[in-house]
Amino acid sequence: MEFFLQILINGLSIGFLYALAALGFVMIFKSSSVLNFAHGELMALGAFLFLVLSTWARLPIVLALLLTLIGSFSLGFVIERFFLRPLIGEALIEVIMLTVGLAIMFKGLMLFIFGGDIHSYPEFLPKALAFHWGAVEVPGVYVASFLAGLIFLALFGFFFKYSSQGIYMRSVADNQRAAMSLGVHVRRVFALSWAIAALVCAMSGIVLGIINGINVHEVSSIGLKVFPVVILGGLDSIGGAILGGIIIGLLETFTGGYISTALREVVPYIVLIIILLIKPYGLFGLAEIERV
Amino acid sequence: MENNTLLQINNISVVYSDVIQILKGVSLDVTRSQIVSLLGSNGAGKTTTLKAISGLLKPENGKVTEGTINYRGHNIQNSAPEAITRLGIIQVLEGRQAFKYLTVEENLRVGTATRWGKPYRKDLELVYHYFAPLVARKHSLAGYCSGGELQMLVIGRALMAQPRLLLLDEPSLGLAPLLVKEIFEIVRRINEEQCTTLILVEQNANMALQIAHFGYVMENGRIVLKGDAKDLRENPDVKESYLGVAASGTIKSYGDVKAYKRRKRWL
Repeated sequence: MEFFLQILINGLSIGFLYALAALGFVMIFKSSSVLNFAHGELMALGAFLFLVLSTWARLPIVLALLLTLIGSFSLGFVIERFFLRPLIGEALIEVIMLTVGLAIMFKGLMLFIFGGDIHSYPEFLPKALAFHWGAVEVPGVYVASFLAGLIFLALFGFFFKYSSQGIYMRSVADNQRAAMSLGVHVRRVFALSWAIAALVCAMSGIVLGIINGINVHEVSSIGLKVFPVVILGGLDSIGGAILGGIIIGLLETFTGGYISTALREVVPYIVLIIILLIKPYGLFGLAEIERV
Repeated sequence: MENNTLLQINNISVVYSDVIQILKGVSLDVTRSQIVSLLGSNGAGKTTTLKAISGLLKPENGKVTEGTINYRGHNIQNSAPEAITRLGIIQVLEGRQAFKYLTVEENLRVGTATRWGKPYRKDLELVYHYFAPLVARKHSLAGYCSGGELQMLVIGRALMAQPRLLLLDEPSLGLAPLLVKEIFEIVRRINEEQCTTLILVEQNANMALQIAHFGYVMENGRIVLKGDAKDLRENPDVKESYLGVAASGTIKSYGDVKAYKRRKRWL
Protein backbone atom coordinates (compact mmCIF):
# COMPACT_ATOMS: atom_id res chain seq x y z
CA MET A 1 0.00 0.00 0.00
CA GLU A 2 2.75 2.42 0.91
CA PHE A 3 4.48 1.52 -2.30
CA PHE A 4 1.33 2.26 -4.24
CA LEU A 5 0.85 5.64 -2.55
CA GLN A 6 4.47 6.53 -3.07
CA ILE A 7 4.21 5.82 -6.76
CA LEU A 8 0.92 7.63 -7.00
CA ILE A 9 2.45 10.74 -5.49
CA ASN A 10 5.56 10.57 -7.64
CA GLY A 11 3.40 10.08 -10.69
CA LEU A 12 1.21 13.04 -9.85
CA SER A 13 4.14 15.38 -9.39
CA ILE A 14 5.80 14.27 -12.62
CA GLY A 15 2.41 14.51 -14.26
CA PHE A 16 1.99 18.10 -13.16
CA LEU A 17 5.38 18.86 -14.60
CA TYR A 18 4.36 17.40 -17.95
CA ALA A 19 1.07 19.24 -17.78
CA LEU A 20 2.89 22.50 -17.26
CA ALA A 21 5.23 21.82 -20.16
CA ALA A 22 2.35 20.82 -22.41
CA LEU A 23 0.43 23.95 -21.49
CA GLY A 24 2.87 26.17 -23.35
CA PHE A 25 2.80 23.91 -26.36
CA VAL A 26 -0.98 23.89 -26.54
CA MET A 27 -1.09 27.64 -26.15
CA ILE A 28 1.02 28.26 -29.23
CA PHE A 29 -0.85 25.69 -31.24
CA LYS A 30 -4.23 26.99 -30.18
CA SER A 31 -3.62 30.60 -31.08
CA SER A 32 -1.44 30.31 -34.16
CA SER A 33 -1.63 26.64 -35.28
CA VAL A 34 2.14 26.33 -35.04
CA LEU A 35 3.65 23.07 -33.80
CA ASN A 36 6.63 24.15 -31.77
CA PHE A 37 9.43 21.61 -32.04
CA ALA A 38 11.75 23.84 -30.05
CA HIS A 39 9.69 23.27 -26.94
CA GLY A 40 12.26 21.24 -25.04
CA GLU A 41 14.97 23.73 -25.93
CA LEU A 42 12.88 26.55 -24.57
CA MET A 43 12.59 24.57 -21.34
CA ALA A 44 16.34 24.07 -21.25
CA LEU A 45 16.96 27.75 -21.98
CA GLY A 46 14.81 28.70 -19.00
CA ALA A 47 16.55 26.19 -16.78
CA PHE A 48 20.00 27.45 -17.78
CA LEU A 49 19.03 31.08 -17.43
CA PHE A 50 17.96 30.33 -13.89
CA LEU A 51 21.24 28.49 -13.31
CA VAL A 52 23.25 31.46 -14.52
CA LEU A 53 21.31 33.93 -12.44
CA SER A 54 21.20 31.85 -9.27
CA THR A 55 24.69 30.30 -9.14
CA TRP A 56 26.91 32.37 -11.41
CA ALA A 57 25.44 35.78 -10.64
CA ARG A 58 24.55 34.68 -7.09
CA LEU A 59 21.27 36.56 -7.04
CA PRO A 60 18.74 35.74 -4.33
CA ILE A 61 16.58 32.82 -5.45
CA VAL A 62 13.31 34.72 -5.66
CA LEU A 63 14.90 37.50 -7.69
CA ALA A 64 16.62 34.98 -9.96
CA LEU A 65 13.34 33.18 -10.53
CA LEU A 66 11.54 36.42 -11.31
CA LEU A 67 14.24 37.56 -13.72
CA THR A 68 14.24 34.16 -15.41
CA LEU A 69 10.51 34.34 -15.97
CA ILE A 70 10.73 37.90 -17.29
CA GLY A 71 13.67 36.94 -19.49
CA SER A 72 11.91 33.95 -21.02
CA PHE A 73 8.78 36.00 -21.55
CA SER A 74 10.78 38.52 -23.55
CA LEU A 75 12.58 35.74 -25.38
CA GLY A 76 9.21 34.40 -26.51
CA PHE A 77 8.33 37.82 -27.86
CA VAL A 78 11.62 38.07 -29.71
CA ILE A 79 11.28 34.61 -31.23
CA GLU A 80 7.83 35.44 -32.52
CA ARG A 81 8.81 38.85 -33.80
CA PHE A 82 11.95 37.86 -35.67
CA PHE A 83 11.41 34.24 -36.68
CA LEU A 84 7.72 33.44 -36.80
CA ARG A 85 6.18 36.70 -37.99
CA PRO A 86 7.87 36.76 -41.41
CA LEU A 87 6.39 33.31 -41.97
CA ILE A 88 2.76 34.23 -41.30
CA GLY A 89 0.76 32.93 -44.21
CA GLU A 90 3.43 30.46 -45.32
CA ALA A 91 2.80 26.72 -45.48
CA LEU A 92 2.72 24.74 -42.25
CA ILE A 93 5.76 22.67 -43.18
CA GLU A 94 7.96 25.76 -43.44
CA VAL A 95 6.92 26.93 -40.01
CA ILE A 96 7.62 23.48 -38.59
CA MET A 97 11.04 23.41 -40.23
CA LEU A 98 11.73 26.79 -38.71
CA THR A 99 10.97 25.56 -35.21
CA VAL A 100 13.14 22.51 -35.80
CA GLY A 101 15.89 24.86 -36.90
CA LEU A 102 15.39 26.99 -33.81
CA ALA A 103 15.63 23.86 -31.68
CA ILE A 104 18.96 22.89 -33.21
CA MET A 105 20.30 26.41 -32.92
CA PHE A 106 19.34 26.78 -29.25
CA LYS A 107 20.70 23.36 -28.42
CA GLY A 108 23.99 24.14 -30.15
CA LEU A 109 24.25 27.45 -28.32
CA MET A 110 23.64 25.83 -24.96
CA LEU A 111 26.09 23.03 -25.63
CA PHE A 112 28.64 25.64 -26.62
CA ILE A 113 28.17 27.67 -23.47
CA PHE A 114 27.38 25.06 -20.84
CA GLY A 115 28.75 21.85 -22.33
CA GLY A 116 27.05 18.49 -22.11
CA ASP A 117 27.59 17.91 -18.39
CA ILE A 118 24.95 17.81 -15.73
CA HIS A 119 24.70 21.00 -13.75
CA SER A 120 22.71 21.40 -10.61
CA TYR A 121 21.11 24.18 -8.67
CA PRO A 122 22.14 25.01 -5.14
CA GLU A 123 19.86 23.60 -2.46
CA PHE A 124 17.28 26.27 -1.93
CA LEU A 125 14.03 24.52 -1.28
CA PRO A 126 13.09 24.76 2.39
CA LYS A 127 13.39 21.43 4.19
CA ALA A 128 9.88 21.87 5.50
CA LEU A 129 8.48 21.19 2.05
CA ALA A 130 9.29 17.51 2.26
CA PHE A 131 6.95 15.47 4.34
CA HIS A 132 6.48 11.95 5.63
CA TRP A 133 3.23 10.20 5.94
CA GLY A 134 3.64 6.82 7.50
CA ALA A 135 6.19 5.08 5.33
CA VAL A 136 5.38 7.33 2.38
CA GLU A 137 8.07 9.85 1.81
CA VAL A 138 7.57 12.85 -0.42
CA PRO A 139 10.73 14.74 -1.30
CA GLY A 140 10.58 18.54 -1.28
CA VAL A 141 11.18 18.81 -5.02
CA TYR A 142 8.07 16.82 -5.76
CA VAL A 143 5.99 19.00 -3.50
CA ALA A 144 7.50 22.04 -5.20
CA SER A 145 6.77 20.62 -8.65
CA PHE A 146 3.22 19.87 -7.59
CA LEU A 147 2.73 23.35 -6.17
CA ALA A 148 4.32 25.14 -9.11
CA GLY A 149 2.15 23.18 -11.49
CA LEU A 150 -0.98 23.89 -9.51
CA ILE A 151 -0.28 27.60 -9.15
CA PHE A 152 0.54 28.10 -12.81
CA LEU A 153 -2.41 26.11 -14.04
CA ALA A 154 -4.76 28.05 -11.79
CA LEU A 155 -3.26 31.35 -12.92
CA PHE A 156 -3.62 30.47 -16.57
CA GLY A 157 -7.08 29.07 -16.14
CA PHE A 158 -8.07 32.34 -14.56
CA PHE A 159 -6.29 34.40 -17.20
CA PHE A 160 -8.00 32.66 -20.11
CA LYS A 161 -11.41 32.45 -18.54
CA TYR A 162 -11.82 35.93 -17.13
CA SER A 163 -9.27 38.46 -18.32
CA SER A 164 -10.00 40.46 -21.47
CA GLN A 165 -6.62 39.67 -22.99
CA GLY A 166 -7.23 35.97 -22.38
CA ILE A 167 -10.61 36.18 -24.07
CA TYR A 168 -9.07 37.98 -27.06
CA MET A 169 -6.51 35.18 -27.33
CA ARG A 170 -9.23 32.57 -27.32
CA SER A 171 -11.19 34.52 -29.92
CA VAL A 172 -8.22 34.46 -32.28
CA ALA A 173 -7.92 30.71 -31.80
CA ASP A 174 -11.62 30.38 -32.51
CA ASN A 175 -12.10 32.53 -35.61
CA GLN A 176 -9.19 34.63 -36.70
CA ARG A 177 -11.06 36.62 -39.33
CA ALA A 178 -13.87 37.57 -37.02
CA ALA A 179 -11.38 38.55 -34.33
CA MET A 180 -9.61 40.73 -36.84
CA SER A 181 -12.86 42.40 -37.88
CA LEU A 182 -13.37 43.46 -34.27
CA GLY A 183 -9.95 45.00 -34.01
CA VAL A 184 -8.19 42.25 -32.07
CA HIS A 185 -4.50 42.71 -32.73
CA VAL A 186 -3.86 39.23 -34.09
CA ARG A 187 -0.09 39.53 -34.40
CA ARG A 188 0.09 40.80 -30.84
CA VAL A 189 -1.89 37.77 -29.71
CA PHE A 190 0.58 35.48 -31.48
CA ALA A 191 3.47 37.26 -29.82
CA LEU A 192 1.81 37.09 -26.44
CA SER A 193 1.15 33.38 -26.78
CA TRP A 194 4.80 32.74 -27.60
CA ALA A 195 5.85 34.86 -24.66
CA ILE A 196 3.56 33.06 -22.25
CA ALA A 197 4.58 29.70 -23.67
CA ALA A 198 8.26 30.51 -23.20
CA LEU A 199 7.55 31.59 -19.64
CA VAL A 200 5.73 28.36 -18.83
CA CYS A 201 8.53 26.40 -20.52
CA ALA A 202 11.10 28.11 -18.32
CA MET A 203 9.10 27.28 -15.22
CA SER A 204 8.80 23.62 -16.12
CA GLY A 205 12.47 23.57 -17.14
CA ILE A 206 13.45 24.87 -13.73
CA VAL A 207 11.30 22.34 -11.89
CA LEU A 208 12.77 19.59 -14.04
CA GLY A 209 16.24 20.90 -13.31
CA ILE A 210 15.59 20.74 -9.60
CA ILE A 211 14.40 17.14 -9.85
CA ASN A 212 16.93 15.69 -12.30
CA GLY A 213 19.71 18.22 -12.65
CA ILE A 214 20.15 20.24 -15.79
CA ASN A 215 21.60 18.71 -18.89
CA VAL A 216 20.91 20.02 -22.36
CA HIS A 217 20.11 16.65 -23.86
CA GLU A 218 17.98 15.46 -21.03
CA VAL A 219 15.81 18.55 -20.69
CA SER A 220 15.20 18.88 -24.39
CA SER A 221 14.29 15.20 -24.68
CA ILE A 222 11.68 15.73 -21.98
CA GLY A 223 10.37 18.43 -24.29
CA LEU A 224 9.59 15.66 -26.74
CA LYS A 225 7.35 14.11 -24.15
CA VAL A 226 4.86 16.90 -24.61
CA PHE A 227 3.87 15.22 -27.86
CA PRO A 228 2.25 12.15 -26.32
CA VAL A 229 0.78 14.41 -23.66
CA VAL A 230 -0.89 16.86 -26.02
CA ILE A 231 -1.96 14.21 -28.47
CA LEU A 232 -3.49 12.26 -25.63
CA GLY A 233 -5.31 15.32 -24.34
CA GLY A 234 -6.14 16.89 -27.67
CA LEU A 235 -3.86 19.38 -29.37
CA ASP A 236 -6.10 22.34 -28.79
CA SER A 237 -7.39 21.68 -25.30
CA ILE A 238 -5.74 23.24 -22.28
CA GLY A 239 -7.74 21.07 -19.91
CA GLY A 240 -6.73 18.09 -22.03
CA ALA A 241 -3.06 19.02 -21.75
CA ILE A 242 -3.32 19.05 -17.98
CA LEU A 243 -5.13 15.74 -17.76
CA GLY A 244 -2.93 14.23 -20.45
CA GLY A 245 0.15 15.28 -18.50
CA ILE A 246 -1.10 13.70 -15.32
CA ILE A 247 -2.12 10.49 -17.10
CA ILE A 248 1.26 10.13 -18.82
CA GLY A 249 3.05 10.90 -15.55
CA LEU A 250 1.09 8.25 -13.69
CA LEU A 251 1.53 5.71 -16.49
CA GLU A 252 5.27 6.24 -16.43
CA THR A 253 5.73 5.86 -12.70
CA PHE A 254 3.37 2.92 -12.44
CA THR A 255 5.05 1.02 -15.26
CA GLY A 256 8.40 1.89 -13.73
CA GLY A 257 7.24 0.74 -10.29
CA TYR A 258 5.26 -2.37 -11.11
CA ILE A 259 6.48 -3.70 -14.43
CA SER A 260 9.97 -2.62 -15.35
CA THR A 261 11.97 0.57 -15.35
CA ALA A 262 13.13 -0.21 -18.85
CA LEU A 263 9.57 0.07 -20.15
CA ARG A 264 9.03 3.37 -18.42
CA GLU A 265 10.10 5.49 -21.33
CA VAL A 266 8.27 3.42 -23.92
CA VAL A 267 4.82 3.24 -22.42
CA PRO A 268 3.80 6.85 -23.15
CA TYR A 269 4.45 6.28 -26.82
CA ILE A 270 2.55 3.01 -26.86
CA VAL A 271 -0.38 4.82 -25.29
CA LEU A 272 0.04 7.56 -27.86
CA ILE A 273 -0.31 5.14 -30.73
CA ILE A 274 -3.33 3.44 -29.21
CA ILE A 275 -5.01 6.79 -28.58
CA LEU A 276 -4.37 7.86 -32.15
CA LEU A 277 -6.05 4.69 -33.35
CA ILE A 278 -9.13 5.14 -31.19
CA LYS A 279 -9.53 8.89 -30.85
CA PRO A 280 -7.55 10.77 -33.47
CA TYR A 281 -8.48 14.12 -31.96
CA GLY A 282 -7.31 13.13 -28.50
CA LEU A 283 -9.44 12.70 -25.41
CA PHE A 284 -10.52 16.33 -25.24
CA GLY A 285 -9.72 17.60 -28.70
CA LEU A 286 -12.39 19.88 -30.06
CA ALA A 287 -14.90 18.04 -32.10
CA GLU A 288 -16.46 20.72 -34.30
CA ILE A 289 -19.66 22.10 -32.84
CA GLU A 290 -22.27 21.28 -35.45
CA ARG A 291 -25.83 22.27 -34.91
CA VAL A 292 -28.11 19.86 -36.68
CA MET B 1 -15.61 67.38 -48.68
CA GLU B 2 -18.81 68.36 -47.01
CA ASN B 3 -18.91 68.40 -43.29
CA ASN B 4 -21.73 65.96 -43.14
CA THR B 5 -19.96 63.26 -45.05
CA LEU B 6 -18.50 60.61 -42.80
CA LEU B 7 -16.97 58.41 -45.45
CA GLN B 8 -16.09 59.19 -49.00
CA ILE B 9 -14.96 56.49 -51.38
CA ASN B 10 -13.31 57.94 -54.40
CA ASN B 11 -13.11 55.85 -57.51
CA ILE B 12 -11.42 52.82 -55.95
CA SER B 13 -10.27 49.71 -57.74
CA VAL B 14 -9.63 46.52 -55.84
CA VAL B 15 -7.47 43.73 -57.12
CA TYR B 16 -7.04 40.32 -55.51
CA SER B 17 -3.76 38.41 -55.82
CA ASP B 18 -2.47 41.11 -58.19
CA VAL B 19 -4.60 39.88 -61.07
CA ILE B 20 -8.28 39.53 -60.28
CA GLN B 21 -9.97 42.88 -60.46
CA ILE B 22 -13.18 42.99 -58.46
CA LEU B 23 -13.96 46.69 -58.09
CA LYS B 24 -13.58 48.94 -61.10
CA GLY B 25 -13.87 52.48 -59.95
CA VAL B 26 -16.41 52.55 -57.14
CA SER B 27 -17.35 55.88 -55.60
CA LEU B 28 -19.78 56.38 -52.81
CA ASP B 29 -20.52 58.86 -50.04
CA VAL B 30 -21.90 58.06 -46.65
CA THR B 31 -23.61 60.82 -44.74
CA ARG B 32 -23.31 60.98 -40.97
CA SER B 33 -26.06 59.16 -39.02
CA GLN B 34 -27.63 57.67 -42.10
CA ILE B 35 -28.20 54.12 -43.21
CA VAL B 36 -26.76 53.57 -46.65
CA SER B 37 -27.69 50.38 -48.35
CA LEU B 38 -25.59 48.66 -50.95
CA LEU B 39 -27.56 46.35 -53.20
CA GLY B 40 -26.62 44.02 -55.95
CA SER B 41 -26.52 40.40 -56.96
CA ASN B 42 -23.91 37.80 -56.05
CA GLY B 43 -20.40 38.71 -57.06
CA ALA B 44 -21.23 42.35 -57.70
CA GLY B 45 -18.52 43.47 -55.31
CA LYS B 46 -20.58 44.53 -52.30
CA THR B 47 -18.63 42.55 -49.74
CA THR B 48 -15.36 43.57 -51.34
CA THR B 49 -16.37 47.22 -50.99
CA LEU B 50 -16.99 46.67 -47.28
CA LYS B 51 -13.68 44.89 -46.86
CA ALA B 52 -11.88 47.69 -48.66
CA ILE B 53 -13.29 50.05 -46.04
CA SER B 54 -12.57 47.87 -43.01
CA GLY B 55 -9.10 46.81 -44.12
CA LEU B 56 -9.99 43.12 -44.18
CA LEU B 57 -8.86 42.83 -47.80
CA LYS B 58 -5.30 42.50 -46.68
CA PRO B 59 -5.41 39.03 -45.14
CA GLU B 60 -7.17 37.86 -48.31
CA ASN B 61 -4.42 39.16 -50.50
CA GLY B 62 -6.54 41.97 -51.88
CA LYS B 63 -5.47 45.57 -52.37
CA VAL B 64 -6.94 48.93 -53.22
CA THR B 65 -4.86 49.77 -56.29
CA GLU B 66 -6.43 53.09 -57.22
CA GLY B 67 -8.54 55.75 -55.62
CA THR B 68 -8.91 56.85 -52.02
CA ILE B 69 -11.11 56.07 -49.08
CA ASN B 70 -11.49 59.10 -46.89
CA TYR B 71 -12.92 58.74 -43.42
CA ARG B 72 -13.14 61.84 -41.23
CA GLY B 73 -10.08 63.32 -42.84
CA HIS B 74 -7.97 60.15 -42.76
CA ASN B 75 -7.04 58.30 -45.89
CA ILE B 76 -7.62 54.73 -44.80
CA GLN B 77 -7.25 52.70 -47.98
CA ASN B 78 -4.94 49.73 -47.40
CA SER B 79 -4.53 50.47 -43.68
CA ALA B 80 -4.38 47.55 -41.26
CA PRO B 81 -7.67 46.44 -39.73
CA GLU B 82 -6.27 47.10 -36.23
CA ALA B 83 -5.86 50.76 -37.13
CA ILE B 84 -9.16 51.12 -38.96
CA THR B 85 -11.22 49.52 -36.20
CA ARG B 86 -9.66 51.94 -33.74
CA LEU B 87 -10.98 54.83 -35.81
CA GLY B 88 -14.49 53.51 -35.16
CA ILE B 89 -15.23 51.42 -38.24
CA ILE B 90 -16.43 47.93 -37.43
CA GLN B 91 -17.49 45.35 -39.98
CA VAL B 92 -19.94 42.59 -39.15
CA LEU B 93 -18.88 39.73 -41.37
CA GLU B 94 -21.25 37.79 -43.52
CA GLY B 95 -22.43 34.44 -42.25
CA ARG B 96 -22.72 35.11 -38.51
CA GLN B 97 -19.18 34.36 -37.56
CA ALA B 98 -19.46 34.09 -33.82
CA PHE B 99 -16.72 32.56 -31.70
CA LYS B 100 -18.25 29.12 -31.27
CA TYR B 101 -16.29 28.03 -28.25
CA LEU B 102 -16.78 31.24 -26.31
CA THR B 103 -19.92 31.98 -24.36
CA VAL B 104 -22.27 34.68 -25.57
CA GLU B 105 -20.99 37.15 -23.03
CA GLU B 106 -17.35 36.36 -23.84
CA ASN B 107 -18.17 36.93 -27.50
CA LEU B 108 -19.50 40.34 -26.61
CA ARG B 109 -16.39 41.10 -24.58
CA VAL B 110 -14.20 40.51 -27.62
CA GLY B 111 -15.96 43.56 -29.05
CA THR B 112 -14.06 45.68 -26.55
CA ALA B 113 -10.72 44.85 -28.18
CA THR B 114 -10.39 48.33 -29.69
CA ARG B 115 -10.50 49.92 -26.27
CA TRP B 116 -8.91 47.30 -24.09
CA GLY B 117 -8.90 48.02 -20.38
CA LYS B 118 -11.79 50.51 -20.44
CA PRO B 119 -15.00 49.68 -18.58
CA TYR B 120 -17.61 47.89 -20.67
CA ARG B 121 -20.52 47.17 -18.30
CA LYS B 122 -22.69 49.92 -19.78
CA ASP B 123 -22.15 48.64 -23.30
CA LEU B 124 -23.11 45.13 -22.25
CA GLU B 125 -26.33 46.49 -20.82
CA LEU B 126 -26.97 48.42 -24.01
CA VAL B 127 -26.50 45.32 -26.15
CA TYR B 128 -28.79 43.30 -23.90
CA HIS B 129 -31.30 46.12 -24.11
CA TYR B 130 -31.42 45.93 -27.88
CA PHE B 131 -31.06 42.20 -28.15
CA ALA B 132 -33.12 40.88 -25.25
CA PRO B 133 -33.00 37.20 -26.34
CA LEU B 134 -29.26 37.19 -25.67
CA VAL B 135 -29.73 37.70 -21.94
CA ALA B 136 -31.03 34.19 -21.40
CA ARG B 137 -28.13 32.73 -23.42
CA LYS B 138 -25.41 34.76 -21.69
CA HIS B 139 -23.47 31.80 -20.37
CA SER B 140 -24.03 29.23 -23.08
CA LEU B 141 -21.55 28.57 -25.85
CA ALA B 142 -22.23 30.60 -28.97
CA GLY B 143 -21.86 27.43 -31.04
CA TYR B 144 -25.16 26.21 -29.66
CA CYS B 145 -27.18 29.37 -30.37
CA SER B 146 -29.80 29.57 -33.08
CA GLY B 147 -29.24 31.50 -36.29
CA GLY B 148 -31.28 34.47 -35.13
CA GLU B 149 -29.46 34.62 -31.81
CA LEU B 150 -26.14 34.44 -33.61
CA GLN B 151 -27.01 37.32 -35.89
CA MET B 152 -28.01 39.36 -32.86
CA LEU B 153 -24.82 38.32 -31.17
CA VAL B 154 -22.52 39.41 -33.97
CA ILE B 155 -24.26 42.76 -34.36
CA GLY B 156 -24.23 43.24 -30.60
CA ARG B 157 -20.56 42.30 -30.49
CA ALA B 158 -19.78 45.01 -33.04
CA LEU B 159 -21.86 47.44 -31.02
CA MET B 160 -19.59 46.79 -28.02
CA ALA B 161 -16.83 48.57 -29.90
CA GLN B 162 -18.91 51.77 -29.89
CA PRO B 163 -18.61 52.11 -33.67
CA ARG B 164 -19.21 55.34 -35.51
CA LEU B 165 -19.57 53.48 -38.77
CA LEU B 166 -21.00 49.98 -38.73
CA LEU B 167 -20.68 47.82 -41.84
CA LEU B 168 -23.33 45.10 -41.92
CA ASP B 169 -22.82 42.33 -44.44
CA GLU B 170 -26.01 40.42 -45.25
CA PRO B 171 -27.63 40.29 -41.82
CA SER B 172 -30.70 38.62 -43.32
CA LEU B 173 -28.82 35.69 -44.83
CA GLY B 174 -30.65 32.45 -44.15
CA LEU B 175 -33.02 33.79 -41.52
CA ALA B 176 -36.79 33.44 -41.28
CA PRO B 177 -38.68 36.51 -42.60
CA LEU B 178 -40.08 37.39 -39.19
CA LEU B 179 -36.63 37.33 -37.64
CA VAL B 180 -35.26 39.45 -40.47
CA LYS B 181 -37.96 41.98 -39.75
CA GLU B 182 -37.12 42.01 -36.07
CA ILE B 183 -33.41 42.41 -36.67
CA PHE B 184 -33.86 45.18 -39.22
CA GLU B 185 -36.13 46.99 -36.80
CA ILE B 186 -33.40 46.80 -34.15
CA VAL B 187 -30.83 48.03 -36.65
CA ARG B 188 -33.06 50.97 -37.45
CA ARG B 189 -33.41 51.77 -33.75
CA ILE B 190 -29.68 51.58 -33.23
CA ASN B 191 -29.18 54.02 -36.07
CA GLU B 192 -31.79 56.38 -34.66
CA GLU B 193 -30.94 56.19 -30.98
CA GLN B 194 -27.17 55.78 -31.09
CA CYS B 195 -26.64 57.91 -34.20
CA THR B 196 -24.52 55.10 -35.61
CA THR B 197 -23.91 55.45 -39.31
CA LEU B 198 -24.47 52.21 -41.18
CA ILE B 199 -23.61 50.67 -44.48
CA LEU B 200 -25.93 47.78 -45.11
CA VAL B 201 -25.09 45.22 -47.75
CA GLU B 202 -28.12 43.17 -48.65
CA GLN B 203 -29.62 40.81 -51.14
CA ASN B 204 -32.95 41.39 -49.48
CA ALA B 205 -33.42 44.74 -51.21
CA ASN B 206 -36.96 45.10 -50.01
CA MET B 207 -36.04 45.08 -46.31
CA ALA B 208 -32.91 47.08 -46.86
CA LEU B 209 -34.65 49.89 -48.69
CA GLN B 210 -37.29 50.09 -46.00
CA ILE B 211 -34.85 51.16 -43.32
CA ALA B 212 -32.17 52.83 -45.45
CA HIS B 213 -31.99 56.51 -46.24
CA PHE B 214 -29.89 56.19 -49.32
CA GLY B 215 -29.05 53.35 -51.64
CA TYR B 216 -26.48 52.27 -54.18
CA VAL B 217 -26.87 49.45 -56.65
CA MET B 218 -23.76 47.59 -57.73
CA GLU B 219 -23.15 45.33 -60.65
CA ASN B 220 -19.90 43.85 -61.94
CA GLY B 221 -17.73 45.92 -59.65
CA ARG B 222 -19.34 49.23 -60.50
CA ILE B 223 -22.00 51.43 -58.99
CA VAL B 224 -24.76 51.49 -61.57
CA LEU B 225 -27.47 53.38 -59.74
CA LYS B 226 -27.80 55.54 -56.69
CA GLY B 227 -30.50 57.56 -55.05
CA ASP B 228 -32.69 58.11 -52.02
CA ALA B 229 -34.08 54.84 -50.76
CA LYS B 230 -37.57 56.13 -51.46
CA ASP B 231 -36.77 56.75 -55.12
CA LEU B 232 -34.99 53.45 -55.51
CA ARG B 233 -38.04 51.63 -54.20
CA GLU B 234 -40.06 53.21 -56.98
CA ASN B 235 -37.46 52.66 -59.68
CA PRO B 236 -38.87 50.11 -62.17
CA ASP B 237 -35.50 48.49 -62.80
CA VAL B 238 -34.81 48.00 -59.11
CA LYS B 239 -38.32 46.73 -58.63
CA GLU B 240 -37.96 44.21 -61.39
CA SER B 241 -34.47 43.02 -60.59
CA TYR B 242 -34.33 43.12 -56.81
CA LEU B 243 -37.78 43.56 -55.34
CA GLY B 244 -39.50 40.79 -57.27
CA VAL B 245 -42.31 43.07 -58.38
CA ALA B 246 -43.21 43.77 -61.97
CA ALA B 247 -43.14 47.33 -63.21
CA SER B 248 -46.92 47.38 -63.04
CA GLY B 249 -46.79 46.69 -59.31
CA THR B 250 -48.28 43.21 -59.29
CA ILE B 251 -46.27 40.34 -57.90
CA LYS B 252 -45.00 38.22 -60.73
CA SER B 253 -45.38 34.52 -60.83
CA TYR B 254 -42.35 32.49 -61.79
CA GLY B 255 -44.07 31.72 -65.05
CA ASP B 256 -43.98 35.34 -66.06
CA VAL B 257 -40.43 35.96 -65.16
CA LYS B 258 -38.53 36.58 -68.32
CA ALA B 259 -35.86 38.76 -66.90
CA TYR B 260 -33.73 38.50 -69.99
CA LYS B 261 -36.36 40.24 -72.05
CA ARG B 262 -36.26 43.40 -70.06
CA ARG B 263 -33.05 45.22 -70.64
CA LYS B 264 -31.84 46.95 -67.56
CA ARG B 265 -31.52 50.57 -68.47
CA TRP B 266 -28.11 50.95 -66.90
CA LEU B 267 -26.40 48.25 -68.89
